Amino acid sequence: MVVFFLGLFFAYYIARLPRLLKGVLDVVLTLPLVLPPTVVGWLLLCLLGPKQPLGAWMLSTFDTKLVMTWWSAVFATVAVSFPLMYRTARGAFESFDPTLAAAGQTLGLSNTYIFWRIRMPCCRQGILAGMVLSFARALGEYGATSMVAGYTPGKTATISTTVYQLWRTNDDAMALKWVLVNIAISAVFLLTINLLESRNKQQGGKRP
Amino acid sequence: MSLLVNMEKQLGEFHLSVQFSAERECLALLGGSGVGKSVTLQCIAGIMKPDEGHIELDGRVLFDSAGGVCLRPQLRQIGYLFQQYALFPNMPARQNIAVAVPDRGRRAAVTEELLRRFQLTDAAEQKPCQLSGGQQQRTTLARILASEPKAILLDEPFAALDSYLKYQLEAEMQSVLNDFPGTVLWVTHDRGEAWRSCGRAVVLAAGRAEPPVSMEQLFKEPKTVAAARLTGCKNDVPARPAGQSVKIPLWGVSLHCGRPVPTCVTAVGIHSRHLHVAAENEENTIPCRVVQVIDDLAETVVLLRPMGAGAEAAPLRMECAKEDWQTHSGTDVLTVTVKPADILLLK
Repeated sequence: MVVFFLGLFFAYYIARLPRLLKGVLDVVLTLPLVLPPTVVGWLLLCLLGPKQPLGAWMLSTFDTKLVMTWWSAVFATVAVSFPLMYRTARGAFESFDPTLAAAGQTLGLSNTYIFWRIRMPCCRQGILAGMVLSFARALGEYGATSMVAGYTPGKTATISTTVYQLWRTNDDAMALKWVLVNIAISAVFLLTINLLESRNKQQGGKRP
Repeated sequence: MSLLVNMEKQLGEFHLSVQFSAERECLALLGGSGVGKSVTLQCIAGIMKPDEGHIELDGRVLFDSAGGVCLRPQLRQIGYLFQQYALFPNMPARQNIAVAVPDRGRRAAVTEELLRRFQLTDAAEQKPCQLSGGQQQRTTLARILASEPKAILLDEPFAALDSYLKYQLEAEMQSVLNDFPGTVLWVTHDRGEAWRSCGRAVVLAAGRAEPPVSMEQLFKEPKTVAAARLTGCKNDVPARPAGQSVKIPLWGVSLHCGRPVPTCVTAVGIHSRHLHVAAENEENTIPCRVVQVIDDLAETVVLLRPMGAGAEAAPLRMECAKEDWQTHSGTDVLTVTVKPADILLLK
């Protein structure tokens, strides 16, 4: 969810930025995709660790530790899966016909309305694709999570880290259980997306 | 009650400077491609922002660089018809119209009324891609009227259509615009379209706008080379005024114009249909060599090179009836003439 909105937000605004700034931001935001997850994890630790400025500030003002908690697992997966959402959504927005938005504006429609009711439905394919990709990446994320969040059963364990731990302790039965859970979640999610997509095709279909 | 436009915009190397005012009328914005017609419209609608200037509609300031005013397009109440219509592809025709009605309470009623008026009731639930070309245009017009605009801008509405559909849609469009009480700006490069639909025209050339003139005046006495070309004049050549005549250095001839030639004249234009094969002892003759003969649909087009002109000069284009040309076919050298009154004095 975080990735969905964050990705859309960045994609929408960056698609409209001047070229130079766009290029720089593009590189920065896409880096987590190309870097090995452990590198991302290390960078996140540098940023959020309790001895670093941001982490220390959070610790002193909100009494919240950012590393080795439930939160940190979220941070790690967001950082790693964000580029996929951002990239595909941006591609979709850039192929959107700008005259449609301009037409909406001259008709007196608010920018919010144009975004949610015209731009989003028109870019739906791309955005759905971005969701699938980033979801897949988030669920499968291991490297950065294990570094930033560690493995505390019941607190910071994600499916992927749990399976790894169970396999290490030779608990194949439990590992299989989690593997099945993982497969089930992914299958349900992908099915939902596929259903949405085919419904979309029926609605928009019959192109001359 | 009118539209006042005075704006400047720099687009890369291209500088656009447009000043004109329109009453409650249908005003044509005539110009070739790339002279800034669409940019002008977009600046008026608020889709683009001019660098400097002042735009006013019915006494409301829409844009003023000195006063720091730049209304959002939503607040300008200007309808904009895009070349490709820009109907929202995800909504059926009815919803495309309904979303534009500003008053939510009357939305359903107004939409029904417009659907009826534009004969769209049967197509109301269809998506834009399922509508025919005519239905798409009617939906677009209905949608614009639904937004209750004070002015309507048309950006080459028929540029992408074949001629049969074009004439049909043009007639429909005209009847709608005749009922519209506000200013209509019609951007086009098609002189026929402008002549049929608009009372006055502003000619845009190389980023500059000429003062508005009536259609009759524009076609009868175009003032500039750009205006002459837009009204269908195929021959223009630099010229120097000399009393009642003009000297054309490029062709090495002097033509009598039958009226005093103002000193500001820098070129003359001659419509291809105003050139004739000269009889003996006729004045205003231009001796030419025949370059090419083209058999057109209704007439024969003869491309000529005046004797004095170099090979790089644009050929002179003459049109004559097919049967008239038969007596001359095969000739290599031809002397043509033009009546003094048919010479357009341009600058």
